[in-house]
Amino acid sequence: MVAVFLGPALLMLCVWMVYPAVYTIVRSFFGQTGFLGSWVGIDNYKTLFTDSTLKTAIKNNAIWVAVVPAFVSAIGLIFAVLMERVRWSVAFKTAVFLPMAISAFATGVTWRILYDQDPNLGAINALGRVAHDAVSSPGVLSTASPSTPSLQPYHGGLLLKTPLHPGGVALLGLTGIAPQDMPSGAKQAVQPAPKPRDVGGVVWRDFKPGGGRPGVVEQGEDGIPGVTVELRDSSGKVVQTAKTDSSGTFDFTDVPAGTYNAGVGASTFAKPFGGYSWLGPSLITPSLLIAYIWIWAGFSMVVIAAGLSAMPRDVLEAARTDGAGEWQVFRRVTVPLLAPVLSVVFITMVINVLKVFDIVYALAPESSQSAANLLAFAMYTKAFQGGGNFGVGSAIAVFIFLLVIPVLALNVRRFKRDV
Amino acid sequence: MRGSPKVRNRVVRMAAVAGFMAALVAVAAGCGGSSKPSESTGATTSSVSGNVTFDGIWTSSTGQKQFQQVIDGFNKQYPNVHVQYKPVGNSLPTVLSTAVAGGHPPDMADIAQPGTIQQFVTQGKLKPITYASSVIDQNFAPAWEHLGVFNGKLYALPFKAANKSLVWYNVPAFKAAGVKSPTTFDQLLSDAKTIKASGTPAYSIGGAEGWTLTDMFENIYLRTFGTAKYQALSEHKIKWTDPSVATALTSMGKILGDTSNVAGGTSGALQYSFNQSVTNAFATPPKAAMVFEADFVGGVIASSTKAKPSTGFNTFVWPQITPGADASAVEVAADMMVAFHDTPAIEAFVKYLATPEAAAIWAKSGGFGTGNHNMSAGVYPDPITKATEAPLLTAKAVVFDMSDNQPPAFGSTAGQGEWGLFQKFLQNPKDVAGIQQQLESAATSAYKK
Repeated sequence: MVAVFLGPALLMLCVWMVYPAVYTIVRSFFGQTGFLGSWVGIDNYKTLFTDSTLKTAIKNNAIWVAVVPAFVSAIGLIFAVLMERVRWSVAFKTAVFLPMAISAFATGVTWRILYDQDPNLGAINALGRVAHDAVSSPGVLSTASPSTPSLQPYHGGLLLKTPLHPGGVALLGLTGIAPQDMPSGAKQAVQPAPKPRDVGGVVWRDFKPGGGRPGVVEQGEDGIPGVTVELRDSSGKVVQTAKTDSSGTFDFTDVPAGTYNAGVGASTFAKPFGGYSWLGPSLITPSLLIAYIWIWAGFSMVVIAAGLSAMPRDVLEAARTDGAGEWQVFRRVTVPLLAPVLSVVFITMVINVLKVFDIVYALAPESSQSAANLLAFAMYTKAFQGGGNFGVGSAIAVFIFLLVIPVLALNVRRFKRDV
Repeated sequence: MRGSPKVRNRVVRMAAVAGFMAALVAVAAGCGGSSKPSESTGATTSSVSGNVTFDGIWTSSTGQKQFQQVIDGFNKQYPNVHVQYKPVGNSLPTVLSTAVAGGHPPDMADIAQPGTIQQFVTQGKLKPITYASSVIDQNFAPAWEHLGVFNGKLYALPFKAANKSLVWYNVPAFKAAGVKSPTTFDQLLSDAKTIKASGTPAYSIGGAEGWTLTDMFENIYLRTFGTAKYQALSEHKIKWTDPSVATALTSMGKILGDTSNVAGGTSGALQYSFNQSVTNAFATPPKAAMVFEADFVGGVIASSTKAKPSTGFNTFVWPQITPGADASAVEVAADMMVAFHDTPAIEAFVKYLATPEAAAIWAKSGGFGTGNHNMSAGVYPDPITKATEAPLLTAKAVVFDMSDNQPPAFGSTAGQGEWGLFQKFLQNPKDVAGIQQQLESAATSAYKK
């Protein structure tokens, strides 16, 4: 009778759990080609700790275990406690819980767009641009660069190294400006005739199809209107500024005798905010952590809120009557009473984190995947990509299993105690 | 030079000669028809029957329909053979290696990675297709046939090929800069400077996908040192620490290291996928002027940009670096037809796939290259497709995409091995020696297994 009832379940268990588990363990001692003559002993496990991508995976997994469970529990706790005091708490809870309802893959894709480096695409960098532009706005010629070596970088702007005297003419040629980025109203550049008491000059797009001759104003090259040109004396102090007209010419009038340099100020060349490379190899792990915590904070909040609602209120009331402040009530009463629930959240998250795969796959661009590597992800790449090394893949699976066991044991023991 | 009357005359004459030769071949085939019924055109052979299961990479958006048309063409000759095509998609290598490990592979598959084929051959999972060698001899140059030879035996047929020795450029951006398609590497570099001065970054690089970078390296290596050394490096007979690799990496660094001339700079290049690198170059206004990638760039331009052929986009052959180093050599990627079993039905289908008729069915709708020189280039639907695919028909030297030829752990795994290390090189193109060391140690461990 027992056999009849237990039989099907036992069979299922064997087919779906026991057999694959045993097979994986056995397989982990064989090489890439399979069972025939490829016994490799513990070589696959050695690979686990010598292969540089796998070492990164282990290190990253350690970071994840250190960060995610703690943050998820803490954020969940804060949300749960605050939600008790808010009107419309159901709406808030729903909003925080919603990420749990989205598949991790979709979450990955969504965050990938949020994180995009181009501020025109990625919302996070778009915010960054708003902040950046409020402090310093991009210049009109942010992409421009000098056309001749005599025009050199100077405090973010450009300065013509050739010394000028009254009667001189400054040729400030710029390249790297796309035709569509030219200020409107630009006309054929004109090299002004020297005037005895003035320093004149021209700022122009020193380029025509084929390149033209650098440093020479030629037919077909347009002046750049509206650029502020600075005239500095030999000590570097700005003595006069002038704006270029539609053909790019400018004129400093009544310049006293002396040696001067002409240049264009930094503000003209200020680069627009280019965005942070959230998905680049150096920031990818924090980016993944944020997205992952965002997903799971809702779960922890709901579980902790359930624990809170089951908590005996009279204890809290008693504490308050005895004169405890809200912080003290929270620290000394709420948290200790919630400890069992918190540990469930914490342990669940540790197990989850050891198995994370989908979000790395969906969120990290290929160029960052080796920097973002995690054990479960490495298991996939080693076993199913890269020539199908099921040996190493199985070894990683066994290693993850070994890491999860102590946590599981703890959980099972707690279940027993609770019962 | 291009399109001058003299050249055009020669092309016409060559086409006429080719047509005449094709007619001769047809006559010859007709004469020998009684001995080889399966190779003559049009005849139905109902004596062969059976099922052929086929796992393919082409899905509904990437050519399933066209391949089905090829199967339909086959069924006109062999009405009793039922080919069941299963569109697996890009996970095909995974699916196949799992199926092979489980002992139930499909009858046939197309595999784009010779490294994977080599692995299956070594494991004894594939059947040789020597029965098709006479058909392949007739229709393919030795260089092409050789691609299918593993461990000295013919195992695979390069059915569909991609020309990877191409550069695509934005015509208005080239016009605005006043440059024409370069024929030497030095000219390419100096043109790139001119393009930068015109206000558009010259290079668009899809570095989020490592294969775009290895393809660039491979073309540079091929154009600098020729096919023999290329082959040796792809078989790891030359080490990655070899001075020739340093030379090629240094040349590549002249492109990658010119960061202000790369769309999005280094960090942008690392995050642009291949598709984005194409759309960047053919957007209006363009974010870059050229993309170094294969013939399939044309498909991406057509589907995701508004650029029109000839006036909006065009293509040129990867410029030569060392004069004379196998100038006509083409780097290709190829979907190779392999068979896991051996039945008359499978044999008939493999033989059919080697015929010019089978190739022409797909070539008509574009997006299809082949080394089947008995197929007329006239079937290509437009001038650009013809320009990108015709070199395959006449190529004397053909080399496989090197990274496909290596053990997959080194040559074709996202973020690892060669792909991962070239992404590292993109981040720091000055560290030639360091990247060589890392490539060599990754290659050594991958070849050892």
